[in-house]
Amino acid sequence: MAAITRRAALAVGIAFAAFAAPASAAEPDTILNATYDIGRELYADLNKVFVTEWKAKTGKDVTVNQSHAGTSKQARSIVEGLDADVVTFNQELDVQFLADKGFVAADWKTKFPNGASPYYSLPSFVVRAGNPKNVKNWDDLVRDDVKVVFPNPKTSGNARYTYLAAYAFALKTYDGDEAKADAFVKKLLANVPVFDTGGRGATTTFIERGIGDVLVTFEAETAAVKKEYGSDKVDLVTPAVSLLADFPVAVVDKVAAKRGSEAIAKGYLEWLYSPKAQEIIAAFNNRPRDPKVLEATAAQFPKVELLTVDAAFGGWKKANEVHFASGGKLDQLFVGR
Amino acid sequence: MSAARRPRIGDGPLFRAGLLAAVLLVTALVIGGPLVVIFVEALKLGWGAYFANLTTPDTRHAIWLTVATALIAVPINVAFGIAAAWAIAKFEFRGKGLLTALVELPFSISPIVAGVAYLFVYGAQGWFGPTLDALGIKVMFAYPAIVLASLFVTAPFVAREILPLMQAQGSSEEEAALSLGASGWRTLWSVTLPNIRWALLYGAVLTNARVMGEFGAVSVVSGSIRGVTNTLPLQIELLYQDYNAAGAFAAATVLAGIALLTILAKLIVERFSSRDA
Repeated sequence: MAAITRRAALAVGIAFAAFAAPASAAEPDTILNATYDIGRELYADLNKVFVTEWKAKTGKDVTVNQSHAGTSKQARSIVEGLDADVVTFNQELDVQFLADKGFVAADWKTKFPNGASPYYSLPSFVVRAGNPKNVKNWDDLVRDDVKVVFPNPKTSGNARYTYLAAYAFALKTYDGDEAKADAFVKKLLANVPVFDTGGRGATTTFIERGIGDVLVTFEAETAAVKKEYGSDKVDLVTPAVSLLADFPVAVVDKVAAKRGSEAIAKGYLEWLYSPKAQEIIAAFNNRPRDPKVLEATAAQFPKVELLTVDAAFGGWKKANEVHFASGGKLDQLFVGR
Repeated sequence: MSAARRPRIGDGPLFRAGLLAAVLLVTALVIGGPLVVIFVEALKLGWGAYFANLTTPDTRHAIWLTVATALIAVPINVAFGIAAAWAIAKFEFRGKGLLTALVELPFSISPIVAGVAYLFVYGAQGWFGPTLDALGIKVMFAYPAIVLASLFVTAPFVAREILPLMQAQGSSEEEAALSLGASGWRTLWSVTLPNIRWALLYGAVLTNARVMGEFGAVSVVSGSIRGVTNTLPLQIELLYQDYNAAGAFAAATVLAGIALLTILAKLIVERFSSRDA
């Protein structure tokens, strides 16, 4: 018996040794981009073009690997040893978490243009074909005859944007009257028949189960929903007012320094701002930053007044403490559901 | 009224038919329906699209990675299962109850908890993380982590299958072999293993099916790098989240196929084992 276990231990040892990372200071030919859990096709397309352009520019071959998961999980994994050279997240707080742990520069927001967010999106609406309930803006979502579907803000970053967008809209409508804004969001939450844990689950509830009149999700997602399920089933409605959703990027300095990939990592994120990359980003219905690309794609993106988390809530940190912390405003407004 | 005249459950023909219909209905709704849906959805766009979906580099790699994981995890857990069952069934020692309970622990722990626990032991912030890092050995978010998580989740399968058999058979045959001068190895190969071969094979088949299908524990420790550390179940989730339902279902047919083969293997093994008995 001892021989068997010894042999097994040897096999494990060999397996480990085979996959042990060789320590090398030379510039690696792969980098890992840890990103969020939706819209993977965007980065598949971006990486392909980056690889050819990087080769043309520097003469070096590089492969960009992709890791996809919720960005809180990604940040946690990086701290536990996932060797991501860059992060492209959809939640500022998760980049900040990495900065607090010393993996990302404290001033990461100033390292790249536009607050280190190469593109942006906003919570938008998907309605049944022909928009039978005539849903136009956020105040339509609190009508008695309208049922709304979005995921649980407790578990979904996507839904937190929806929650904050509705709250910011109410604050603006009622001139900053918090009591009225609370009542508005409480009514909105009461109009949601099912809370799924994530954006994909909410889409399934809306499309496959036929529940609700409006699905609220990122504008970038609404196009994917329409493409998958067809324009005979759904229409897209952009509300007149919404909330700016940034997609923050950062070099994970600690990993890049260890692997010697600083130059590629920085080059990759800078390239996301190039016209070519911005065109691909816009093709996936994310709103580009490049003025020329924005102009060329103006027909695709209806005009919308964008509120910001900074202006409406005093930043993500504060919004998180006031609204999403245990016992916070969300918990209070959820009561009675 | 005497107890003997009271009708037993299932005696009435109407009751029996109703019970049978209920079981069939539940089976159809809970198992049959989803299974059919997997194949219907996968083939919705035709065979060409089906094979195109199956042969995308990322999905192909996921299939390969899943097979590679099983190739390491199944033999290790077969060896472990035999060792554990042998120790428990053939010997008397202190802490035997504790060992039995430990072997079965993975059955009662949620796989996600197992994954997180591994992270706290082998992760960069965990017990062994700094040492492993200093040695340049990458365990978490790489192939070894996937194998480790799979090993944990499937540890009890083989032992659970062969233990009752070994206990029922007792150790008299082994004692006879030893008293006739056979070595420990000879006893294992010529006496113990032949007695338990069908249960052992069934345990291995179950282990394989679970290794290939494991999602929760692997999801925590794999890092979900597509084309690198995405196993088949993770790849299916990735495709589904991406609104690529056809691709997700195509990949799912591979797992469903493995499940069907497992059932087939089980039937064959059961036939052989009852013939032997």
